[in-house]
Amino acid sequence: MKLDTLTQSIGEWLRGTGPESDIVMSSRVRLARNLAHYPFVSRATEQDRADIERFLRERIAAVPVGRGLESIDVGGLEEIDRQFLVERQLISREHADAQGARSVAIDPLEQVSLMINEEDHLRIQCIHSGLDLRGVWEQIRVVDEQIERVVPYAFHPRFGYLTACPTNVGTGIRVSVMLHLPALVITRQIDKVFRSLHKISLAVRGLYGEGSQAMGDFYQISNQTTLGKSEEELVEQVGDVVPVLIDYERRAREFLVRETEQNVHDQVSRAYGILRTAQTISAEETMQLLSRVRMGVLLGLIGDVKIADINSLLIRTQPAHLQKIRGVELDTKDRNIERARYLRQHFEAGDHNVN
Amino acid sequence: MKCQQCDKQAVFHITELETGAVRELHLCEDHARVYLNQADGGAASAEAGEAADPGEAGGQLGVGQTADELAALDQRACDMCGITFFEFRNQGRLGCPHDYVQFAKELDPLIANIHGATEHAGRRPVRTGPLAEAAATAGTAELTGVIGLRREMKEAIGLEDYEKAKENRDAIRTIEDRWIPPARQPAEQSAQEEGPPPART
Repeated sequence: MKLDTLTQSIGEWLRGTGPESDIVMSSRVRLARNLAHYPFVSRATEQDRADIERFLRERIAAVPVGRGLESIDVGGLEEIDRQFLVERQLISREHADAQGARSVAIDPLEQVSLMINEEDHLRIQCIHSGLDLRGVWEQIRVVDEQIERVVPYAFHPRFGYLTACPTNVGTGIRVSVMLHLPALVITRQIDKVFRSLHKISLAVRGLYGEGSQAMGDFYQISNQTTLGKSEEELVEQVGDVVPVLIDYERRAREFLVRETEQNVHDQVSRAYGILRTAQTISAEETMQLLSRVRMGVLLGLIGDVKIADINSLLIRTQPAHLQKIRGVELDTKDRNIERARYLRQHFEAGDHNVN
Repeated sequence: MKCQQCDKQAVFHITELETGAVRELHLCEDHARVYLNQADGGAASAEAGEAADPGEAGGQLGVGQTADELAALDQRACDMCGITFFEFRNQGRLGCPHDYVQFAKELDPLIANIHGATEHAGRRPVRTGPLAEAAATAGTAELTGVIGLRREMKEAIGLEDYEKAKENRDAIRTIEDRWIPPARQPAEQSAQEEGPPPART
């Protein structure tokens, strides 16, 4: 797969369609699996890693779901290309930064990605736009079952599927939804929401998973435990809380419009103004401003801008994407100038107006 | 996460297993040192004979024993991958699937603490043929043996003991031939599974 061809599309998680996609960006499930006959990745020798990578890649390519996948040798990629895959959520930051033989297999729709030699030998990920945890679970279950027929997964009668870290043992499942919650952030209710999520064993993370900052009011909610409940129960545990969060966010948005309309209108208009006119701008500020504009569009405060456009800019203004689109490697300072130019060109071409 | 005693970043995450209860501590380096020294200091003063009460001395001996046991446990290594419990505690990552068998007793309270459960309740291997569930369990047990054999083989090669290396290689092949399923399923089975990829929703 030529990575450059991916820059033409925006990837599944930002497609901006699917149920509740005004608030739920994407639904994702990942499964952690390991081979029984090799040490876990952190203890595997270079030779082991190369053998594990080949064993899994060849066997996955032979099962029905594996045939449409494109395998990418992550270890052989330039740093910018690894970063590019991280920005698209096709590999994790840990996988990008790891050492030794490792690869990822991706389907053309960018819904399925199979990371080999991440923290575990195999990390199966499935992602759909909008709120569709059931659909994601059904799809990933088929992928997992087909691979299991040709691969000896490490399994223990009491502990279930065995993983490098005991925090993933059992089902090996991480169910997550990515939410855009700007109104809860503005009304300062977000911490309260997170505290109540922690109480019911749900974790809250930033855009790029563990340890990442919450950028642009995007948050991932996921299950914290993997043992003692079935996969369906864990899918439900996360799924059940999403309508509640959607409701909170909608009410917060309504409140903002009702009580502070001028103020909110001012905020989103200023954000839009900066994006259209800035001469240099960081990725983080861009994300923050796009988040506000996204909310403004959804509240009808900014006309003429499509949500799909905002989503597209969210990914295309990220460092690796920007450099690949421009076809040159740039340092941070030049990137910020180029990003501002890209945004100006984009908005000028669209001729969008503030209401 | 912040230290429970000050505003610094918590870098020590200590889980105290007391009778019938689990206590979690999240501390910065300084407060962790204070906390751990307190525990050590208490035992030291008792050893110096300051505590005349035999009951209390007995209690302190118990603490000493536990520390010894902990030290002994830290030295224990997995028969297959060779990781010690100490290394696991430091890295937070296990060395191989066999660790769950070798360190089952030690991992149990840890896993209970993380998940609030110690029994898997999710889906189990669905494979037919040689790797159906019972076989998957047995297969895992035998296949993890390969990890140890491979390690021994490497050592044997290092010592130029090629006969031993060859024995190990043959043993590995026997286990792998027995437990690793064929790379391709019989044609009729995969034909049934074939179909359009799951539709975009």
